[in-house]
Amino acid sequence: MKNYSKPTVFLLSLWPIYIITYQIFYNKLGPEPVDRIINHFGECTLIFILLTLSMTPLKKITKSLEWIKFRRMLGLFAFFYASIHMLSYVGLDYRFDFEPLINDVLKKKFVFIGFSAWLLLIPLAITSSDKMLRLLRHNWKRLHRLTYIIAIFGSLHFIWLSKTIFFKPLIYLIILLFLLSFRIKFNKST
Amino acid sequence: MKKFKYSEITPERIYNKRRSFIKSMGYGLGALSISSIPLINAKAKIPNEPTSYEDITTYNNYYEFGTGKSDPHRRAKNFTTRPWNIKIEGHVEKPLELSIEEVLSIKSEERILKLRCVEGWSMIIPWFGFSLSKLLDKVEIKSSAKFVEFETVYNPDEMVGQRYPVLNWPYIEGLRIDEAMHPLTTVVTGLYGKPLPNQNGAPLRIFIPWKYGFKSAKSIVKIRLTEKMPNTAWKNASPREYGFYSNVNPEVDHPRWSQATERVIGESILAPRIKTLMFNGYGDEVAYLYNGMDLKKNY
Repeated sequence: MKNYSKPTVFLLSLWPIYIITYQIFYNKLGPEPVDRIINHFGECTLIFILLTLSMTPLKKITKSLEWIKFRRMLGLFAFFYASIHMLSYVGLDYRFDFEPLINDVLKKKFVFIGFSAWLLLIPLAITSSDKMLRLLRHNWKRLHRLTYIIAIFGSLHFIWLSKTIFFKPLIYLIILLFLLSFRIKFNKST
Repeated sequence: MKKFKYSEITPERIYNKRRSFIKSMGYGLGALSISSIPLINAKAKIPNEPTSYEDITTYNNYYEFGTGKSDPHRRAKNFTTRPWNIKIEGHVEKPLELSIEEVLSIKSEERILKLRCVEGWSMIIPWFGFSLSKLLDKVEIKSSAKFVEFETVYNPDEMVGQRYPVLNWPYIEGLRIDEAMHPLTTVVTGLYGKPLPNQNGAPLRIFIPWKYGFKSAKSIVKIRLTEKMPNTAWKNASPREYGFYSNVNPEVDHPRWSQATERVIGESILAPRIKTLMFNGYGDEVAYLYNGMDLKKNY
């Protein structure tokens, strides 16, 4: 049973792809399909970042190391969906028209912080292998604490793009703060 | 200019087949249908195919029923629109209270107008209604009146969104008197030849085609003539982002959305954005209202 847990999580993690494929195939993306695709993958990115950050608290709560083996995969899925999110904005919405895009990045704080979060994900994805883990040693852990900053950036990205007080972005922020609180306690006790 | 009712020349089933519309009608009738829309300037290259009834009635910003685009469609089904009265008061000689039946009896016409949302999308909507000036002429506006304020009904029992402080309720919008008297400023009571659906602002709303959609208040119960500029809902929520005028202007960017381009609702994933036009393409009709004004400051 244990041997199947990773492939199972992998297949489950692809659900955002199944959903979009189904919606494209059956023409169910709604009146604003481009927006729908961008938002869908944006939200999935945030979900996967939160899932990644849930593994350590779960480990502590359940006192089982099992959870940690999913962390890398979930983190890479977050990067994967963040990349689709960004590419659909750049490619589908703006047709690789870089002038308005650069304008967006510089002028709109939610685009700026979202793009920054994606850039910060790149070194984490590159250094996710066992080989890099061994190579970087202590620095690996330090580097991968960037996840916290990325998560905060991602959450702010969602809040700032909302027109007024929206519930969803606030719920993500609350979950994030809850997950981060586990880390604060951890630092104090050691 | 002779005005055809759009519904007279286009059966509804063809309305619904937007894509085959021009093709199926042939170029002759196609040209006739365009010439029958005098309010839309052909030179301005506003697409003339109306958005589908389904998209117009399922994709709405109407925060009284929730902030999701499909919330109004789902939650406004049982909204009470009868009986309904509308008051016109404030700086007027003859304050007036009309029942919705009286409003519906005012001579109306089909008006195919473009809606541009501040979020960067647009629709073409075959509204049914009449110029607001027809109502305002009835009350004899005093010379002290400088602005017109629209107030949406406050009904948190049925409008679940009003239970949360997303905006200051009731929703307030407003226009300068000359904007309100402009013939394009429309009191809307229907669309696609049907009574106005609840999610689109039943039983009556205002529609100002050269301004961003949020200026066009829905489910109105009060029209007040005022001396001072109304404290409008979105300007109140974030004055840096939303101005009182909120004319469609591709040169003034919103902090969240570029206003240079827009996506046309109902187009495929592969359709590109189109350029946003000054005053949403109605510049020939309305630009004179803003002569000598700096529209970058008065956004």
